[in-house]
Amino acid sequence: MKVPLSWLKDYVDIDLPVHQLAEKMTLAGLEVTKTEHVGEWWDREKILVGQVLQVERHPNADRLLLADVAYGGEAPLRVVTGAPNLLPYLGAPEPGPKVVFALVGAVLIDGYDPARKRKKLKASKIRGIPSMGMVCSERELGLSDEHSGIIILPEDAPVGMPLVDYLGDTVFDIDITPNMARCLSMTGVAREVHALLETPLHIQWPKVKPASLSYTAGDKVNVVIEDSDLCQRYTATLLENVQIGPSPFWMARRLSLAGMRPINNVVDITNYVMLEWGQPLHAFDYDKLVARAGGGKPTIIVRRARPGETMRTLDGVDRELTEDMLLICDIAGPIAIAGVMGGEETEVMPGTANILLESATFEYINNRQTAQALRLPSEASYRFSRGIPAGMVVPAAQRAAELMATSAGATVVPAMVDTYPVPQETRVVEVTPQRIQKLLGADIPPEKMVAILQRLDFSVEAEKPLIANSLLRCTVPWHRLDVSIPADIVEEVARVWGADRLPERLLPTTLPPQRHNWVLEAEEFLRDLLVGAGLQDIIPYPLTSLEHCSRLHPDGPAPDPADYVRIANPLTPERSVMRHTLLVSLLETVQYNLRYSERLAMFEIGRIYLPLPSGRAEEPHRLGIIMVGPRQVPAMGVDDAGKLFTFADLKGVLELIFRRLGMQDVIFLPTSHPTFGPQVTAIRQGKREIGVAGVLHPLVREAFGLSQLPVLLAELEIPPLVEAYQKPLQLRPISTFPPIVEDLALVVAANLLAGDVKAALRKAGAPLLREVELFDVYQGEGIPPGKKSLAFHLTFQSMERTLKDKDTAKLRQKILRQLKKSLGAELRR
Amino acid sequence: MDELNDLARLEREALSALQTATEQASLDAWFGRYLGRKGAVTLAVRRVGSLPKEDRPAYGQAVNQLRKRLEAALAQQGETIKEAALAAEMETGAFDPTLPGRLPNVGRVHLSNRTLREIYDIFRQLGFQIYDAPEVESDEYNFELLNIPAGHPARDMWDTFYTTTPGYLLRTQTSPGQIWAMREYAPEPIRVILPGKCYRYEQVTARSEMMFHQVEGLVVGENITMADLKGTIVAFVRQMFGQERKLRFRFSHFPFTEPSVEVDMDCILCGGKGCRVCKYTGWLEIMGAGMVHPTVLRNAGYDPEHYSGFAFGMGPERIAMMKHGIDDIRYFFSNDVRFLSQF
Repeated sequence: MKVPLSWLKDYVDIDLPVHQLAEKMTLAGLEVTKTEHVGEWWDREKILVGQVLQVERHPNADRLLLADVAYGGEAPLRVVTGAPNLLPYLGAPEPGPKVVFALVGAVLIDGYDPARKRKKLKASKIRGIPSMGMVCSERELGLSDEHSGIIILPEDAPVGMPLVDYLGDTVFDIDITPNMARCLSMTGVAREVHALLETPLHIQWPKVKPASLSYTAGDKVNVVIEDSDLCQRYTATLLENVQIGPSPFWMARRLSLAGMRPINNVVDITNYVMLEWGQPLHAFDYDKLVARAGGGKPTIIVRRARPGETMRTLDGVDRELTEDMLLICDIAGPIAIAGVMGGEETEVMPGTANILLESATFEYINNRQTAQALRLPSEASYRFSRGIPAGMVVPAAQRAAELMATSAGATVVPAMVDTYPVPQETRVVEVTPQRIQKLLGADIPPEKMVAILQRLDFSVEAEKPLIANSLLRCTVPWHRLDVSIPADIVEEVARVWGADRLPERLLPTTLPPQRHNWVLEAEEFLRDLLVGAGLQDIIPYPLTSLEHCSRLHPDGPAPDPADYVRIANPLTPERSVMRHTLLVSLLETVQYNLRYSERLAMFEIGRIYLPLPSGRAEEPHRLGIIMVGPRQVPAMGVDDAGKLFTFADLKGVLELIFRRLGMQDVIFLPTSHPTFGPQVTAIRQGKREIGVAGVLHPLVREAFGLSQLPVLLAELEIPPLVEAYQKPLQLRPISTFPPIVEDLALVVAANLLAGDVKAALRKAGAPLLREVELFDVYQGEGIPPGKKSLAFHLTFQSMERTLKDKDTAKLRQKILRQLKKSLGAELRR
Repeated sequence: MDELNDLARLEREALSALQTATEQASLDAWFGRYLGRKGAVTLAVRRVGSLPKEDRPAYGQAVNQLRKRLEAALAQQGETIKEAALAAEMETGAFDPTLPGRLPNVGRVHLSNRTLREIYDIFRQLGFQIYDAPEVESDEYNFELLNIPAGHPARDMWDTFYTTTPGYLLRTQTSPGQIWAMREYAPEPIRVILPGKCYRYEQVTARSEMMFHQVEGLVVGENITMADLKGTIVAFVRQMFGQERKLRFRFSHFPFTEPSVEVDMDCILCGGKGCRVCKYTGWLEIMGAGMVHPTVLRNAGYDPEHYSGFAFGMGPERIAMMKHGIDDIRYFFSNDVRFLSQF
């Protein structure tokens, strides 16, 4: 909302410097986002109000004129101009119009420069005649882009006055929050300024003529509200013999400053009243209504659209209307979409003589839905959709009638129609000063509270004597739709009192019952662990596409959309479903980043989304890891440069996690998975499958457009990790006796899992066999076909004594016997 | 006596062998060969018994002296080697400290998560707990229970992603977490923060994202006042951005709080003088806050006649952008390694 201060000052006195006023309004909830100083750069000495005394034709050029301009200096100056709007004054005996006159040396915008740069005006000779200054257009002063003629100022403009004093202004751009909709008008802003500055308010009710104007059943028009749930009040005012033409200068000027383009006096008056009072108006061509009524008295019908009804709006578009849209109709059909846009057929045109002016209020939620459904946002529906008090309808209509009479030559027809089926209720809110003090934590004196409320136009009945627990009966002013409960009164008091005057207090030291957030704590632990292990923490979008999901199953059926949380209004198809797995996000991220880095090692701790029948989703947390490229960042002195990440690197990270969380019962089992190639493992804790890890399937890799390098991927469920995190790690007793480390190489069937052999070793060697570490796997010369050799370091240690060679020799025999029996293992010779 | 000649030969041989030993390992081998348990000198000592009685004293003396001389020579050679090794180790000629170091491979915590941690730490000190809520939400929790009925103009403040199930959406804010927390805790007092992802139907540009994090704060109890709100926020901001920071509270509007305020901090770049970052206002908007609306309290199970509360919400990405001079929010969730590796 743009508020020119010169306009605002019509309704309220302002006794503060501009920046202080802006600050005060901003803190009270009217955020001034921009302060524009119109004419700030106009030279006070050189850009002045002037008057054209005489206009002659240029002797050497058909299209140029010579104008003598008085500007307050000793003698008028002659300028050469091409302004077409001076042509009517050519050779006239009377003095011409008031204009803006710039003396040589003034800085003006160059009207012909596409960049609109400012330039100093020089004395010049045009076709042989010297020009001693310039009469200016709006563009040259930066007022608008208008450049087809010069500015004609009102007749009473004082010649010689610096233009900045005459047309200069300050315009606030105010961000109006929904609760401040009343300030979508100058009078609304003025009421706030009055409350804040405690300066006098001068809002005047319209003085409309004839004085007999009254809103009764009319003899020129009928109004019927069929759907009073959507239209609380509707008035129709008839204005006859309107002279459509340009608006007076002051009105056009104010509209421009407020950001609206002047059109003609009728349109401008409706806009002006809307900006002044916040009430949008609509003008119908009355004669067209009469014609539609077959020459009789028109009847305005306010009702919902009927099935299949259509109407051409004044932007020339045929609109299909639905049954929840409110229309203004006559007996022949719709003539406007209530509070949204008028119809083309009854539009006011340059030849219109008689106008029927609508001032009404419509239910705001319905209005908003209609404007949104038709994609027809406008200044009018913006206001209607925030609510207009019914009490505003008549004064706005009267103000418009007054302006139509004074500025458009209209005759106001006295008897008009006001249909008001649902009178506005008067609201009373009861609150004690104590309650306000308690919520704000501030000892604002009760009498100050009452004064604030009264300045905001509340009428306050207070129990006497006025003390903290006196009941205040606050009657809400008719122009406030946003106040209905005590908290609203608290806000009014706080806003005007000022947040900076409220104290600061630290919360009491007694804490509410404390609860752990184990999930978060475990996740932060994992995050640090993985970062330390060389992986980058990432946060990708959980939104992806079914197409990306289907890439994870190169051979499988297409994913079933019903399995996904789907977005009804996605921004792009790439972000249209919520993921089922972190793998898709990891691959998207790698795909993006391989442009910048050939080595990527990343992880995400995030949610997946599984739809529930209710419409909500189960959102289990997962950990995903991805690694691709060289193990080491290639650099001088890095030995294994060029060696790629393998499954062992990924498994090492997983083992680190399980080890740090004390999860000794996790095992890796061969499995198959559509996203992975042959190197893939299921991760199990006891009987529970908690994740998968492996080398990405080459077809998936190709589908994501990744290079030929192997991609290592893993996904783990977070809850088992959180459970493990909650259990304190238990000390494994440390023996004070020396360990004996021996090597043992076993020949076993080639398809036997190393993990199974290791488990069998542990079992057979318990309890003295403390550690089993596989250090070599060998197939080839010396090993029979179909067999492999596994070489282990075995660590024997006792808690009670120093072991002797004969102890371990005995154990070795036992281990060999048992492994031969259970796995067919032989000692390698 | 031939044996004495043997000893002289042995000594010559041992001393010349010692000269060739230039490191500790060959010294040890030399010791084994001559002075060890089976060494030549030890064997020579044992020969005493096999000699005629009259030769024994002279031979015994000679062999003992030989042994002492060889031990002394060994010690000296040991010293020489140690000195040479030390001198070699202290040789500095070729050292170039400007050669590149070999960096360990470490990752980094994502800047959003890092900022969230900073926020958690401060609020933990203030006695807040961290609470979690769903991202796929109902219209009821995201809007209606927060005093934003369908069709209300305030809904224009949130551009929403709806799911294909009518009445469900991706939460536009962490505020529905307030309802979850209150319904779980009521009628106990509450002091929590609710961090998490939020989604808005917004074109992704340098200034706006379709996804971002928010941290919501909620305090409910008896006698919770706007002064508590101010005190808590001031304490947070000063810890997060520095003790010298100035704050201003400006009344605003959120449907779920009343009164509502926006909190501005003096611009950390220009200190309030006005610059590009603060759009020449001198202030940076850092969070929205307010006293929990009585309707919201009632919807979530607290009687507004007896309980009151305050809530606030802030964006960690926005905070990180201010703190680290980041001018494009898209870096955060594109996870561009060139960005992530800088923090």
